[in-house]
Amino acid sequence: MINPTEYLPKTYRVRMSTYWWLARWPYLKFILREGSSVFVAWAAVITLLAIRALQRGPAAYAQFEAWLRTPVLLTINGISFFFVLFHAVTWFNLAPKAMVIRLGKKRLPNAVVSAPNYVAWLIISAALTWVLLRG
Amino acid sequence: MANRITLEVTRFNPARDEKPTLDTYEVPLRKEWVVLDALNYIKDHLDGGLSFRWSCRMGVCGSCGMMVNEVPKLTCATFLSDYAPGPVRVAPMKNFPVLRDLVVDTSDFLLKLAKSKPWIIRKVEKPLDEEYFQTPEQMDAYKQFSMCINCMLCYAACPVYGLDPLFSGPAALALAQRYNMDSRDEGASDRFDILSQHDGIWGCTFVGECTQVCPKNVDPAGAIQQYKLAATMEWLKALVLPRGAE
Repeated sequence: MINPTEYLPKTYRVRMSTYWWLARWPYLKFILREGSSVFVAWAAVITLLAIRALQRGPAAYAQFEAWLRTPVLLTINGISFFFVLFHAVTWFNLAPKAMVIRLGKKRLPNAVVSAPNYVAWLIISAALTWVLLRG
Repeated sequence: MANRITLEVTRFNPARDEKPTLDTYEVPLRKEWVVLDALNYIKDHLDGGLSFRWSCRMGVCGSCGMMVNEVPKLTCATFLSDYAPGPVRVAPMKNFPVLRDLVVDTSDFLLKLAKSKPWIIRKVEKPLDEEYFQTPEQMDAYKQFSMCINCMLCYAACPVYGLDPLFSGPAALALAQRYNMDSRDEGASDRFDILSQHDGIWGCTFVGECTQVCPKNVDPAGAIQQYKLAATMEWLKALVLPRGAE
């Protein structure tokens, strides 16, 4: 029951637009960051398909490679590459937000907390490149 | 620099209007004037009926938060000259019900703030003549979060709060974290059940705009992510040590 003495003013409530994320760049950037997960999933699917093709033999792998070279796949994978990079960078930059690391009396700067992620990324990428290009 | 600038101000009279309208005013553009000065000029010289909140004029009281060109700002710290040649659009803070003109109803925030228990909780209080000692490092752990002035700009910037009014919101969660990290406090477990709910920290999708608009560099987004990590560790501890997790 409504208390008759309660302060019940008439107010105006603005309903949030469905397209609120287009109103300002930071919101659009957030939606792109969240949406990048779809492309990360796509990259995982492509990797699984590559492993399956490898397992089925040289003919299946050649067919898979030919499929990858089609304009549609090249376009999708080009866009995916950009979004996977965007996803990785935004995720690595999140680390110092969630983790406060203190060394003695001082809090480690954000860049120092993010850095090990980038170093690991670089080392793993270099190792993979070496394995792939070795012949 | 032109010597006048146009302000487009949102007006809403609950006794007369069904929805807000825009009124346009021309005010002097002075180098040292902030948006709040322009609003006071309008009230003093052009339209005495314009309603807005303000008090200290120096970024301490947190009363004069409004949307300036769609961005939540403390109007006492937002210089008119940064918006020249204008026009400058001044609107009430987003995500809150509008009471009149630029005044919003903040009751929902105050309820949520109280729920997060933003005060020091002790299991046993020390006698009044004894002190709670704290080292500068212990104070440093929470000091940033304690700078919050309850201006609610973070709520106006948070799309999660706009879409889901049940979400506790940035300031209430940051202030809970401020007390959790205080070495004198023993109330983390009291706050845990309220804050680790879906409408608490897990409602946050880390848009990060709360931190960007905060005039006191409180970093509510950081506080929430740190709380998420702490809550996950608590959950893991309870899973691994179901009987000894306390």
